[in-house]
Amino acid sequence: MIRFSDVHKSYRVDGRDIPALQPFDLAIESGEVFGIIGHSGAGKSTLIRLINLLERPSGGRIAIDGVEMTTLDEPALRVQRRRIGMIFQHFNLLASQTVADNVAFPLRLAGERDAGTIRARVDELLARVGLAAHADKYPSQLSGGQKQRVGIARALANRPSILLCDEATSALDPQTTASVLDLLAEINRELKLTIVLITHEMDVVRRVCDRVAVLDAGIIVESGAVADVFLHPQHPTTRRFVNEALPEEAATEQAPFARVPGRILRLSFRGEATWTPTLSRVMRETGVDFNILAGRIDRIKALPYGQLTLAMEGAGVDRALAALRAAGIEIEEIAA
Amino acid sequence: MSAPVLQTLFPHIDDWAEIGRACVDTLLMLGGSLALTVVIGLPLGVLLYLTGKGQLREMPKLYGVLSLLVNVLRSIPFIILMIVLMPVTYALVGTKLGIRGAIPPLVIGAAPFFARLVETSLREVQQGVIEASQAMGASVWQIVRHVLLPEARGGLIASTTVTAIALVGYTAMGGAIGAGGLGDLAYRYGYLSYQSDYMLVTVVLLVVLVQLLQMLGDRIVSRYNRR
Ligand SMILES: Nc1ncnc2c1ncn2[C@@H]1O[C@H](COP(=O)(O)OP(=O)(O)OP(=O)(O)O)[C@@H](O)[C@H]1O
Ligand SMILES: [Mg+2]
Repeated sequence: MIRFSDVHKSYRVDGRDIPALQPFDLAIESGEVFGIIGHSGAGKSTLIRLINLLERPSGGRIAIDGVEMTTLDEPALRVQRRRIGMIFQHFNLLASQTVADNVAFPLRLAGERDAGTIRARVDELLARVGLAAHADKYPSQLSGGQKQRVGIARALANRPSILLCDEATSALDPQTTASVLDLLAEINRELKLTIVLITHEMDVVRRVCDRVAVLDAGIIVESGAVADVFLHPQHPTTRRFVNEALPEEAATEQAPFARVPGRILRLSFRGEATWTPTLSRVMRETGVDFNILAGRIDRIKALPYGQLTLAMEGAGVDRALAALRAAGIEIEEIAA
Repeated sequence: MSAPVLQTLFPHIDDWAEIGRACVDTLLMLGGSLALTVVIGLPLGVLLYLTGKGQLREMPKLYGVLSLLVNVLRSIPFIILMIVLMPVTYALVGTKLGIRGAIPPLVIGAAPFFARLVETSLREVQQGVIEASQAMGASVWQIVRHVLLPEARGGLIASTTVTAIALVGYTAMGGAIGAGGLGDLAYRYGYLSYQSDYMLVTVVLLVVLVQLLQMLGDRIVSRYNRR
């Protein structure tokens, strides 16, 4: 578990302290994929870099599995850092070394000398990330997605318990992004390691994260399970991120339904409820007329969900809403 | 070319073996001083880099002192440096003349120059790569040894080439005040005795030497540069 207690961070610029992160508490559980989303300059990189102390906090405590990071001396910190892998937006591979040597680098840093052991581990890692055939190439000979896979293999070399991803997919096209995210999800599942991932794309959060924190100008304005935050965003910044991920939903914020008669409602289905014909059953039983204004069915990580914006008319609307709620469907009233 | 042809073209040159010896002297001075320049200038350059602003071992005071020292040594014209250093040279190698006498001032003149080039080359290494190494738990020494030097290899080799070529010029200047080699020939016969054929031959030989060094340097760089 990664626990931040009353941590804050300011940067000293021209003799003045400029706050980058306001005091916050945060606990990231072992084995989960935790997303941190925010706009440029919100403090995401600062936050993730506090975990392996690439950035020192201005105050507060950071503990990983009970080990207080800020109190460690340099050699002890180096040992801890070997248990925390990190991947970067711009990959940060050694251009002068082959793919195999890049992956072997953290092993050598940790003191491994035996060439056979190194070779075996490198082969195993490259196989895992699907680059077995590229061991002897140089980074400049690889595509962006392949470079990030090398970065992932390198980050996993010392069998870390935590993987930090700083905008790991921001330099990649959507398809490559998807395949890298799938790889991260697979690693999380199979190796049971904790992943902390920062991004400015809600879609990345939706695909792989279990929980998410929304960062806005150095303040965590919202955090929780991805499904909760995604389906019921509270803070305006969160809403903007969610709306970016759901372009057709964006319209509901501006109330273009003013001319639509009836009550405007947003229904959220999660899990099994997504696949059952509850809506049509309840409408039939209560004699309510409805009109679909917007909708989407997708997945949040493995959880199927649906979100429909409806207009409902008729005497039985309240009864219908009660029946739908009883069936586990979440309802928000947008306009009456 | 037969001997009579050479005699017509270069009437004053009666002893080609002397030119050969001068070449060897120049090469020895160059080799010796270049090796020592790298041995001293490389660590100095690394130290300049590490202690610089925002770097891994930022130390403003030490950086200020080193930087000033380097600038002072670089701003003194070599021929003056050589004269000023004569007592030091004598104390170090027991003579002010010949190849041995030339090497200390050559190294003291070139090492700061080389160190500055090393510092610049190291700064070219992407900050992100250094950060990634820190995140992997690398010590500063491991970063220097396994990240900075290999990643800056191309720039370091190019810096060595530039320094070697500067040293060719320094050895020629040194020749004028007793260091020997091609500079000595050019100065004694070509300048003091108006034997322009000596001048021509030494100049041509120096040009060829510089050209060869540049080609060699470029070759090595292109072999190692994989970006
Ligand atoms: N080394 C530094 N020195 C001074 N200020 C810094 C430094 N690093 C970051 N900052 C400032 O701290 C704030 C947060 O920066 P940070 O890099 O954490 O943002 P971010 O959310 O990662 O942004 P992006 O999405 O652009 O990467 C910014 O205002 C930035 O200018
Ligand atoms: Mg950032």
